[in-house]
Amino acid sequence: MAISYTKISSVMGPLLYMKPIPNHNIKNGSIVRIQTRDGDIRTGQVLTVSRELVVIQVVEGTFGMSLGTTKITFLDDIFRVGVSREMMGRRFNGLGEPIDGGDPILPEELLDINGEPMNPVCRAYPRDVIQTGISSFDTLMTLVRGQKLPIFSGQGLPHNKLVAQIVNNAKVLSKEPFVTIFCGIGLLAEQSLYFQKKFEEQGATRVISFINLASDPTIERLLIPKIALTTAEFLAYKQDMHVLVVLTDITNYAEALREISNVKGEIPARKGFPSYMYSDFANIYERAGRIKGKKGSITQIPVISMPNDDISHPIPDITGYITEGQIVLSRDYHQQNIFPPIYPLSSLSRLMKDSIGGDNTREDHADITSQLYACYAKALEARELESIIGKESLSDNDKDYLTFAEYFELYFINQGESERSFESSFNVAWRLLSIMKKSELIRVKKENIHKYYIENFDPETFTKEKAWKRHIRE
Amino acid sequence: MKSKFDSSADLGTVISINGSVLKVEGFQDQSVGDMVNIGEGLNIIGEIIKIVNMVAIVQCYEETFGLELNSKVENYHYPLSMELGPGLLRTIYDGIQRPLKTLSHLSGDFLSRGIRAPALDREKLWNFQPTVEIGDYVTEGDFVGFVKELSQKHQIIVPPGIKGKIKTINSGEMVVEDCAYTLQLEDDSIKEFTLITRWPIRNARPYKKRFLPNKPLITGTRVFDLLFPVAQGGVVAVPGGFGTGKTVVQHNLAKFADADIIVYIGCGERGNEMADLLNSFPNLMDPKNNLPLMDRTIMIANTSNMPVSAREASIFSGITMAEYWRDMGKNVLLLADSTSRWAEALRELSGRLEEMPTEGGYPAYLATRLSNFYERAGLVQVLGKFKRMGSITIVGSVSPPGGDFSEPITTNTKRFVKAFWALDAKLAYSRHYPAVNWLDSYSLYNEVAKYWDDEIQEGWQKSRTVVNTILSKADQLESIAKLIGTENLPPNQQLILYVSTVLKEGYLIQNSFNDNDRYSSPRKTMELIELFIQFYKSSLKLIKLGVPVFRFKQMVCLHKLRRARLDYHSKDISNISELELEMRQEFESLEEQYVELT
Ligand SMILES: Nc1ncnc2c1ncn2[C@@H]1O[C@H](COP(=O)(O)OP(=O)(O)OP(=O)(O)O)[C@@H](O)[C@H]1O
Ligand SMILES: [Mg+2]
Repeated sequence: MAISYTKISSVMGPLLYMKPIPNHNIKNGSIVRIQTRDGDIRTGQVLTVSRELVVIQVVEGTFGMSLGTTKITFLDDIFRVGVSREMMGRRFNGLGEPIDGGDPILPEELLDINGEPMNPVCRAYPRDVIQTGISSFDTLMTLVRGQKLPIFSGQGLPHNKLVAQIVNNAKVLSKEPFVTIFCGIGLLAEQSLYFQKKFEEQGATRVISFINLASDPTIERLLIPKIALTTAEFLAYKQDMHVLVVLTDITNYAEALREISNVKGEIPARKGFPSYMYSDFANIYERAGRIKGKKGSITQIPVISMPNDDISHPIPDITGYITEGQIVLSRDYHQQNIFPPIYPLSSLSRLMKDSIGGDNTREDHADITSQLYACYAKALEARELESIIGKESLSDNDKDYLTFAEYFELYFINQGESERSFESSFNVAWRLLSIMKKSELIRVKKENIHKYYIENFDPETFTKEKAWKRHIRE
Repeated sequence: MKSKFDSSADLGTVISINGSVLKVEGFQDQSVGDMVNIGEGLNIIGEIIKIVNMVAIVQCYEETFGLELNSKVENYHYPLSMELGPGLLRTIYDGIQRPLKTLSHLSGDFLSRGIRAPALDREKLWNFQPTVEIGDYVTEGDFVGFVKELSQKHQIIVPPGIKGKIKTINSGEMVVEDCAYTLQLEDDSIKEFTLITRWPIRNARPYKKRFLPNKPLITGTRVFDLLFPVAQGGVVAVPGGFGTGKTVVQHNLAKFADADIIVYIGCGERGNEMADLLNSFPNLMDPKNNLPLMDRTIMIANTSNMPVSAREASIFSGITMAEYWRDMGKNVLLLADSTSRWAEALRELSGRLEEMPTEGGYPAYLATRLSNFYERAGLVQVLGKFKRMGSITIVGSVSPPGGDFSEPITTNTKRFVKAFWALDAKLAYSRHYPAVNWLDSYSLYNEVAKYWDDEIQEGWQKSRTVVNTILSKADQLESIAKLIGTENLPPNQQLILYVSTVLKEGYLIQNSFNDNDRYSSPRKTMELIELFIQFYKSSLKLIKLGVPVFRFKQMVCLHKLRRARLDYHSKDISNISELELEMRQEFESLEEQYVELT
């Protein structure tokens, strides 16, 4: 039986405080329905409860709630979201309701949005790759199904463009079903429109969007990733699909977390963020994975815009401690008009080591990766040297490295909005490596050098081809 | 743990729920540490952590979503304890010793709340072979018999605090709950003992006497074995920012360290990493005796998305199991990844209790708790009539926020550890793994030097000194070289700079994903370093004859030396000795050329 209250004792931010009726066995975490004076219906959730006080968090905010006339009804249930295969290609808000003007979804199942932790012994170790179509990403920090690999960006860097490109181009190499869930957290209206337009350009039938706008209630930012991931779990583990979940922007999520924690009067840890932020993030990120004996998988790409480009800020820092690597965008690259501005040296995919190679990508993949890293790192040293002693005083070998770096940045990293398969990325990589003398390629196995190294390669080829391509287009 | 919720139970009532912390009133009897069972039908496990004005403050080991105000709570009147006995090895537990495999049979791929399963398999048969006879007088720590558990001789020990005369003793096949022996105690009562004993996780198991650790624990990682050794019974911290290689270090220790038993605690870390371990372990063999590695391992997997209270308990659960094996006279290695996650769990719980925070929001008792854990390591003479030594070595990773070592967990941990393996983000970014910073790291286990030189391989101390000198000189020279250019340094200084580069890439770097490189036996570690030193000394000698540094850089033997770690497996040491000969000859011929010239 649902019990109703009309006596609120305090209202603070999104929180309501009341004294429970004696013998009302209020359930921790249960949902309440709130009816305001003007008939507005809102949803809330029990945060803490004792005989003296029950604290309710109101999803849509407490604005305009009067102490005497607001009616609060305790429903004997926790937050659930209706999920269905029909959600494909649709757009929803932070409560899981359609916002694309289409029909409501007929749920196949109603699921607790908090999920349950996966039993570690049931996890299958991620082994198969996802192709994003971006050379630097695919070659140097390969994304693996079941992995969580964040993008560390900064204000004003083109991560939205990059994300849209990934959503549109990402694929698994097998014929298995693949779907992307796009979860926008605290997006500006304009950003949301941008994504919508980009996805529609591609038909968008494989994308499910969950959108929380900056103007939507703060608490919805905390719910929306959970709703998106609950949907993902349904599709992955009950419908055998490979699901890629893009969460942007986690910085907005963390700020919402801080705001609510502050209202609750909790003791903050670093920079005002709550001390449980690590566990809270983990409850989102750890929902990526694979299960033994199940076909589907959940892969996550969370986007973090680092305040002041500071990688040691709690948001990227805690994220980095939970995720399996990171893709770092570089402001330097961006200023040089390099797109996507993925900076290889500080980026890393921790799970690629077991997933790349002959069966999945190509037998020379690991060699290419490690050689490109080594060459680029050396090239940057040569650049530094050049800035001290001048180009003329460099050895021929160092000059090769300089050329390598120049073309690497211009043609490998800076691929623009085009899509490249693994194969074509590797081929570009081999051209770059062929700028170097064979003896410099110590990280590559002899047989791979023999098979792929291009003798007497002229780096000018890159420039010519580009000019030629432009010519064709015009 | 059986729940009754009936008239015979001591029941209380939930009067407040705040996350995983509850207030419960109405117990007839209660003490701090009592385990409780919360909510009929939910069966949430909890522990009384405080009593304030007759109200018990309870910390729950599971989610409290859906728990009702005024729910009943049953007090079990015993503390959170480990079940100790045959069947621990190869098992994977959560932070409060629930066997995760068994749980997966009960609740599928996800962990539901309120499921229980005994830690030790109740149906498995063990062949108990007694080693005492009726009438023998036994006291705490004495062995009364053993069962064969995988490759280990699992001794059944008289529990601490017990002494008496063997009244009856069984033998042959039995399950863990069967009576193995009975004792006539001093008051003439008869007490029955099974193969299981229980021990509260917050109390250290007693031992006879503590000793200074003096024997090295061979890790199979060169930079540790040569430069920053740890002793059996020692304590090490491995701090480093994210991605600097802490987990890889821990996994390597789990695989290659020279210990009898490994307790691996995944404390608040990633599920996929545990999957990686579980995946790779069954195919790996102990380099020492070629037995499956899994056979010596106990794992605790309390990943970051599993309940925080269980995460807080996990390291104490782990050390209790470690002590149990130590008491059989074994050398146990406990790996905790990461102790920072443990401390954060402590902080989270303390916050819910509205305790006064200190630095970084951590409770004032942080240091005490840390020492409760680290002080349980050590080399000891265990209980029992016969003199037997056992040890627990702890290697704990520390994950400082922002990679900044001045934060409270790192600084507090430093007080309790004698070896410090500082991992450096700069080295990691340049793919220098293990990213051990040779300037910030240290080991105070100087006592192992004698053992190395006498028992393992002579020359350890000498080589170590030479390497340390080269590395620290090179670091000083680097800054000068940056100002005036390397070629303007005197040749012997150029040589130091060059040798230090070669040492780093050819010796200190150790690739865990390369079959030949991932494990370096003490022989390989020593023979390799001697070659590098030989290269350095021979070059130094020729420099005095006027041989320019670039000539050394072109030597064939050098090229081979730089690749030796990758080319030769620890089993092919003979190749390294051949390289030694080659090097000597090449230097001799180089010398001849120059002697002729002058
Ligand atoms: N010895 C090594 N050989 C080769 N690669 C290594 C080695 N050590 C670390 N790495 C690389 O560094 C990555 C990160 O290492 P690891 O997972 O151990 O970091 P961590 O310090 O545990 O990070 P976190 O604090 O986020 O858990 C690995 O996935 C691997 O790619
Ligand atoms: Mg780690």
